[in-house]
Amino acid sequence: MSTEPHYTLYHPRWYRRRVSVWWWLQNRSYTGFVLRELTSVFVAFFAVISLWQLRALAQGPEAYAQFLARLRTPRFLALDTVAFLFVLFHAVTWFNLTPKAMVVRLRGKRVPDWVIVAQNYAAWLVLSGVVAFVLLRGR
Amino acid sequence: MPSTVALTVARYRPEQESEPTVQTYEVPFRKDWVVLDALNHVKDNLDGSLAFRWSCRMGVCGSCGMKVNGTPKLTCATFLSDYLPGPIRVEPLDYFPVIRDLVVDLTDFVRKLKQVRPWIIRKEEKPPAEGEYLQTPDQLDTYKQFSMCINCMLCYSACPIYGLEPGFIGPAAIALAQRYNMDSRDQGAAERLKILSEHDGLWQCTFVGECTKVCPKHVDPAGAIQQYKLTAATHWVKSLLLPWGTR
Repeated sequence: MSTEPHYTLYHPRWYRRRVSVWWWLQNRSYTGFVLRELTSVFVAFFAVISLWQLRALAQGPEAYAQFLARLRTPRFLALDTVAFLFVLFHAVTWFNLTPKAMVVRLRGKRVPDWVIVAQNYAAWLVLSGVVAFVLLRGR
Repeated sequence: MPSTVALTVARYRPEQESEPTVQTYEVPFRKDWVVLDALNHVKDNLDGSLAFRWSCRMGVCGSCGMKVNGTPKLTCATFLSDYLPGPIRVEPLDYFPVIRDLVVDLTDFVRKLKQVRPWIIRKEEKPPAEGEYLQTPDQLDTYKQFSMCINCMLCYSACPIYGLEPGFIGPAAIALAQRYNMDSRDQGAAERLKILSEHDGLWQCTFVGECTKVCPKHVDPAGAIQQYKLTAATHWVKSLLLPWGTR
């Protein structure tokens, strides 16, 4: 936070309100925003777990079995569930925000926001389908 | 329908008090009255010392921005009937120094607006004899939305980043920079990018998105900033890959 003086030079009587520490509880979108910032830790957690899984895989079947056993402990299951919910929250909120950052023009006309959002969800569904196919093929 | 409604107005009289206080006025309720009408009623009939800014009464001048029940609003377009039964809380916009009552100082914004060079920059002006710079309706359409800004400052008041980091150039100024960047007649995008890539520019924005929600002219400053970020990031990648191409 910057250390601006709480008065304006030559105008000491102008009143400057301080921002409350609880500003993010003022309305729902502020709270949603801070929640998104804080819970990015769980997205990082998911990434770390994936890297850890790769390392275990590279170390051989024994290490991988050990890794899987560790994931099955209640503590990890609980943590994973929470992390999964927050990753889902991030995915959904970011998908909904994409049309703000990406303006696609086709023949001079702006593609409607919902089309861009829908494409994201479609890609998500297709990729999830591919992953499910690969995982469940052998069963 | 009630016959009156209570208006709780923030007062700050620097010669009398060191912190703002509130004062409640009972004003007549009329279906066609906006908050600004009620404030004018107070000023004309109840308390002539109340200070607030207004001019056009029709959402064009951008002077009457205040917080109504905690949300930044143009008071000329905010109906009393939407806040029944009251009381209706009217406060000055957040994050700007309060000069008196509901009047805030906007010098900071005007200074920042000038920094982003919101005018058409040409590398070389062609002589008037060669005619005007032509533009198709589609080219106009790419930036028109961003040109609707009336500098009412609701977006600054809704932006917690501006509150926490007063150096931040802010939503309206960046949207106006983008308005000129996207104008087919403009050639100053590189110049503006240099200013906006600095510490207090684009990257301070963490996409709270509230600026877009409060904008009375549907300018979508949050969108403008995210699009600008994409341009800046693409430019950066290009300058890494083709250092000679972006000079």
